[in-house]
Amino acid sequence: MADVKKVMQHPHIQALWEQLQCGFPQVAEVFEECMAEALASLTKEGVQAYVESARFLGRMGHGVEPILIFLERWPAVAEAVGESALPPVMDCVRRMWKSPNGKAIVPFLQSLPAAARRLQSQELLQRYLDLVPDFMDRTTGSIHGIHTTFPSPGLPEFFDQVPFLLGQLPIQGLKNWVEYGIRNYGGHPERQKDYFSLQSADSRAVMQRERHGTLLADVERKLDLYLRGLWRDGDHLVPYSTGFSELRKPVPYYDKLGIRLPDVYDDFILPSLAGGGGVGGEGKAVPSPGASRHPLPPAGEGRVVSGLDRYRATLAHMVGHRRWTEAQIADNWSPFQRMAVEFFEDARVETLLIREYPGLRRIFLALHPVPVEGACDPETTSCLRHRLATLSRAFLDPDHGYTDPVLLDFVQRFHGLLAKDGSSTSEIASLALSYVARTRRQSDQLPNIHFKDTEVGYRDDNRQMWKFIEEGDEEEAFDQQRKIEPGEELEGLPPRHYHEWDYSSQTYRPDWVSVYEALHPKGDAARIDKLLAKHDALAKRLKRLLDLLKPQDKVRIRYQEEGSELDLDVALRSLIDFKGGATPDPRINMSHRTNGRDIAVSLLLDLSESLNEKVAGSEQTILELSQEAVSLLAWAIEKLGDPFAIGGFHSNTRHEVRYLHLKGYGERWGEEVKGRLAAMEAGYSTRMGAAMRHAAHYLEAQKADKKLMLILTDGQPSDVDAKDERLLIEDARQAVKELDQKGIYAYCITLDPRADDYVTDIFGRNGYTVIDRIEKLPEQLPQLFLALTK
Amino acid sequence: MTSHIEQFKIHQEPFYQPKGNEVELYQAAYAARLPVMLKGPTGCGKSRFVEHMAWKLGKPLITVACNEDMTASDLVGRYLLDASGTRWLDGPLTTAARIGAICYLDEVVEARQDTTVVIHPLTDHRRTLPLDKKGELIQAHPDFQLVISYNPGYQSLMKDLKQSTKQRFTAFEFDYPAAELEVGIVARETGADPETAAKLVKVGAVARNLKGHGLDEGISTRLLVYAATLIKGGVEPRDACRMALVRPITDDADIRDTLDHAIDAIFA
Repeated sequence: MADVKKVMQHPHIQALWEQLQCGFPQVAEVFEECMAEALASLTKEGVQAYVESARFLGRMGHGVEPILIFLERWPAVAEAVGESALPPVMDCVRRMWKSPNGKAIVPFLQSLPAAARRLQSQELLQRYLDLVPDFMDRTTGSIHGIHTTFPSPGLPEFFDQVPFLLGQLPIQGLKNWVEYGIRNYGGHPERQKDYFSLQSADSRAVMQRERHGTLLADVERKLDLYLRGLWRDGDHLVPYSTGFSELRKPVPYYDKLGIRLPDVYDDFILPSLAGGGGVGGEGKAVPSPGASRHPLPPAGEGRVVSGLDRYRATLAHMVGHRRWTEAQIADNWSPFQRMAVEFFEDARVETLLIREYPGLRRIFLALHPVPVEGACDPETTSCLRHRLATLSRAFLDPDHGYTDPVLLDFVQRFHGLLAKDGSSTSEIASLALSYVARTRRQSDQLPNIHFKDTEVGYRDDNRQMWKFIEEGDEEEAFDQQRKIEPGEELEGLPPRHYHEWDYSSQTYRPDWVSVYEALHPKGDAARIDKLLAKHDALAKRLKRLLDLLKPQDKVRIRYQEEGSELDLDVALRSLIDFKGGATPDPRINMSHRTNGRDIAVSLLLDLSESLNEKVAGSEQTILELSQEAVSLLAWAIEKLGDPFAIGGFHSNTRHEVRYLHLKGYGERWGEEVKGRLAAMEAGYSTRMGAAMRHAAHYLEAQKADKKLMLILTDGQPSDVDAKDERLLIEDARQAVKELDQKGIYAYCITLDPRADDYVTDIFGRNGYTVIDRIEKLPEQLPQLFLALTK
Repeated sequence: MTSHIEQFKIHQEPFYQPKGNEVELYQAAYAARLPVMLKGPTGCGKSRFVEHMAWKLGKPLITVACNEDMTASDLVGRYLLDASGTRWLDGPLTTAARIGAICYLDEVVEARQDTTVVIHPLTDHRRTLPLDKKGELIQAHPDFQLVISYNPGYQSLMKDLKQSTKQRFTAFEFDYPAAELEVGIVARETGADPETAAKLVKVGAVARNLKGHGLDEGISTRLLVYAATLIKGGVEPRDACRMALVRPITDDADIRDTLDHAIDAIFA
């Protein structure tokens, strides 16, 4: 390769240039500049390795881009995480180079500076680097043993997103997010791309779950209690997403529909005060403890404001407005005047809040920026914002240390106004207007506005503070209810979404399954009566059993002065006391009371296609036998008087699990229910976990001591979109665990004689019965139930 | 007998801060010997009020704390065995009826319903107490009066008074005092400075706002007095509040956090 003949000014750099042996003219242009930076920040060995690596990148045959990016970016990376990170980075590059993923090298190198800046340590960067080969190996595909392999579709997309992702997620979270994507979309190139470029919905959902900081959803109850307890206020808390809008950061606000808050707040670390006030109050959001490299100083020392306290500050501020702010007519004021009034009014309500709860001052001051006096040059920039923020700081902070005489004068007037009864919005507005008039400068009109240290993050956007006489607000229309277009899916209830358990990662897939619930269509109720008549003899036997069960076991109440029977134990003890000269206990009787039966039962029927099969040696299908069995059982339970519901389910992929309502807890066993039962039909597959969760959702609300869910099925959980057999089995098993936590006992009656291996996994050793002779089902099902609840 | 009566007398004035005209109303009820029922949440001053009134009227006071194991004979009296045979011992209610005391049945709903029925003949025009086992009918002393208290906050179906019992009483509804009054009470009871007392009362108000949202009952005046006592004894105010106000009333982590935050915000 003919090197570009270029003479560097410095002989040392010249030597390095020759070592690089690079023929790209673009590189020659920037080389000197890069090396100057590298020589200043890297050690001698570091420079050597740097040039050596660059040489490799230049010669590996992917054009000029890799070497160019590397030369430009590496010094910054080395500065953030140390130059010893180079070998692992180069290892990574080499692996990509050897694989078909050469195209990903450029995005990878581009992602490095951002990653280094976020992760700040070589150890964490290493974890990021470990992620890469794993990702690559698992998503680089080959087709049916042909020796051509295809590059990983998601990898370049992923590298493009890394800077953003690391801003939102701790490294472990990133790992989980990647893991989820590979596992679910590993075999689907297009979806994989969508996922890793953050286009698909579940990609965002999983990211949301892994984020650092305090999620609103996690602390919502605390905030409700906070509003109610400290402020006697309460409203609907509605989160808005902060993760995705980069351009325009949304600001908290409230309106008649509720209080809008960001969905997540990171802990807020105060910039070190020793480092000079210039850093300002912007602070630095850090990943929450655990993922953080910094040992966090304990909260409460005034150095950290927890995410929860940030929420509280935001809420307190809004409560202040709701209590003390009257809306002002805005039409006659200029935007500058309005801004001033807002700053003054914000400070006023906060002062009043602090009066109520002095501890708020610490939080407000920690979150309020500290504008530096004179940081804004009034000749070149518009300084009104800065002046107002400074003033706002001074209103709140008694030790503000500002010296501007006008400012001091207004601080005094401000506190003078508030001293007696807290003043009012209109009074404070006129003070604000006089401040604007007094400090007005021509430069306030300049387009170049000083923003640094002027944004107070916990304050709302003050939309409630203004009344506009002239109509024509587009904002109003934004929240207006729109007509729902009647769609084809609106026949039943809207779907409920349930998580599904993914055993390989031991995590839930958020809102993975959609369950549609509908009333089962009605058929001829007389058919069920005929079936019952057919089992007349069996019904008689059952009735005897039922009668035995009905008067439930008696409970003894001891230590009664008057009772139905003598309690011998106690009587003897009393007699001994008496003989011994002590006072005998006169409560020597006992009485009985009957304990009410308190069981709620939910019967869940698997209505999948396989039910249509005929039973060997019989003319009946499994479905018909199930109908008979369920009718008998329902009749028996009705006799006992236990609250009892029947639901059927089948599924056609995760997007359509149907839950058919046959009988509700409040419904009587009558014509309606019999009709629905008679019309029962089978089809599709068995996604058991989702159906169980849905049935549990109703059973949970029942008020009963014991809750029993009976699942009648003829095969293992499966669905057309689940390739892995274990997946739905493990999900069902997880659903059983969830039920257990809710105090619901799940019991399975399976008609699959080979069920033992998987059904034990799902329901545990004592949680199922296999009915081998299906024709016995009508007899066995009610008996089983009675035995279970005896 | 006089010394027997003496022991039930209250000699020192128990501090009671009237919230309205309840002192006068009680005096009027006593003048007519009408039975009185005091309702209100725990620790709001019901028992203190009765003590104060007994002191004010100069009458002996017999207090019975009711519990669910209590039987009618625990109230009325029973035969005891002694070396020479059996001996009748008056129960507290009988004693009160004989000597003309104010009989105060505290937390009367805790007693079983069949127990509370024995007070019926004493609470209407008859003013008598039949002792079945002894075969005696006691005519109540002219000074005798019956007072019961209960806390309707339990809200349990099982724990309510029968209508026939309720309708034999005149009733006072007690609640936690208004903020300024409560500040005065806490300060007066413990000698704490009014500023600390005011802060404590504020913490109390926060908790009372949360009643029904995870708290069965707000922080009572009694607990506020405890906290003030601890602070007076040199305990750091926030610790005292956590110990006396928050930890006793809740095991709910969210509520605990909220109250702790309120304490930090108030004692800044």
